Amino acid sequence: MRTVTKAKKNKKPVPKLLQLFLSCLYISAFTFGGGFVIVTFMKKKFVDQLHWIDDEEMLDLAALAQSGPGAIAVNAAIMVGWRIDGFIGMLVAVLGTIIPPMVILSVISLFYKAFASNRYVALVLRGMQSGVAAVIFDVVVGLGQNVIDTRNVVYYLVMAAAFAASVVLKVNVIYIILAAAALGLVLALIEKKTGKTVGQLPKRKEEQK
Amino acid sequence: MKLFLELFLSFLQVGAFSVGGGYAAMPVIQSQVVEKYGWLTMSEFTDLITIAEMTPGPIAVNSATFVGIRIAGIPGAIIATFGCILPSMVFLSILAKLYYKYKTLSTIQHVLAALRPAVVALIAGAGVSILMMVLWHGASVSFNNIDWVGLGLFAAAFFALRKWKLNPILVMALCGVVGAALNLALGLG
Repeated sequence: MRTVTKAKKNKKPVPKLLQLFLSCLYISAFTFGGGFVIVTFMKKKFVDQLHWIDDEEMLDLAALAQSGPGAIAVNAAIMVGWRIDGFIGMLVAVLGTIIPPMVILSVISLFYKAFASNRYVALVLRGMQSGVAAVIFDVVVGLGQNVIDTRNVVYYLVMAAAFAASVVLKVNVIYIILAAAALGLVLALIEKKTGKTVGQLPKRKEEQK
Repeated sequence: MKLFLELFLSFLQVGAFSVGGGYAAMPVIQSQVVEKYGWLTMSEFTDLITIAEMTPGPIAVNSATFVGIRIAGIPGAIIATFGCILPSMVFLSILAKLYYKYKTLSTIQHVLAALRPAVVALIAGAGVSILMMVLWHGASVSFNNIDWVGLGLFAAAFFALRKWKLNPILVMALCGVVGAALNLALGLG
């Protein structure tokens, strides 16, 4: 405890907003793949290192960030920024988070045309497309397993119907999202009224022994 | 001016309708940028997803910058990115207020639970179109003109990811190098 106060006195305090900005900038620049990975880095920085947010609240903020629309990384920055310094904090955190990808992608897009028309680069990109398709299907299998694990027939039907609607019938994805959200509202209302979850299969019994 | 407005509104929808983060943005971007406005071809879109995977930052922000700058320069990139993060800012501010007031959000949890399987299906749909890009490069779909190198790489990469849990970026890089080498060796380049 003593060492902490000592360190604080000796060091010239960096303004909080600047520190927030630089932290977000740094975290965003080095988080590949985006998504939930960034939340762990934020926890390390803002909970363990800076002690601006406590452990449990960080978990709640992460849950909220996941339930909103949009990128989780941006959402987490919004929540952390809000928590630290209201509206200004949010703006600063979001700016810090989006600047690195914006700069990197701007540079890439400037060179993309020349880059992609090079024969060898085009061949490498083509090979990488196979890899991307594999990464996407790997993610889909993982996420699909989570849906199957819910053991709820309604969710199985939603998954099948959404796939058919988008791939076979080419329905606009936005309508599919809206329909699923509306169904969720209806399910919530039914559960509130009856106290029962619709479509829930019985728990799998322990079959061995 | 109209172009800026279209860019803004288009990425506003990307921001508003990509629920669940990460890959959830992909089908919405494809529907807006490739299918509705034709700002990118399917082949460019596939490259964009590849690039987004290899660089830090969310797919939505990466795409907004990439598309915006190609359509309308730096201002386009800024407007598209702003459009895609605006719904998050509005929605999460409201959500946070509600959360600190009530602490439970069972209705929202229900809506999210119903959205999740739909989002998985939509991501799978985007995956199917990218896989078709890999196998047929936008040409007609038939057994005779499958890109066998692409199919083999896809199968090997999928296996490596599932079985050995290899790092996705490493897998993509390997696919790039091996694919280029094979195509050159077979004289298909």
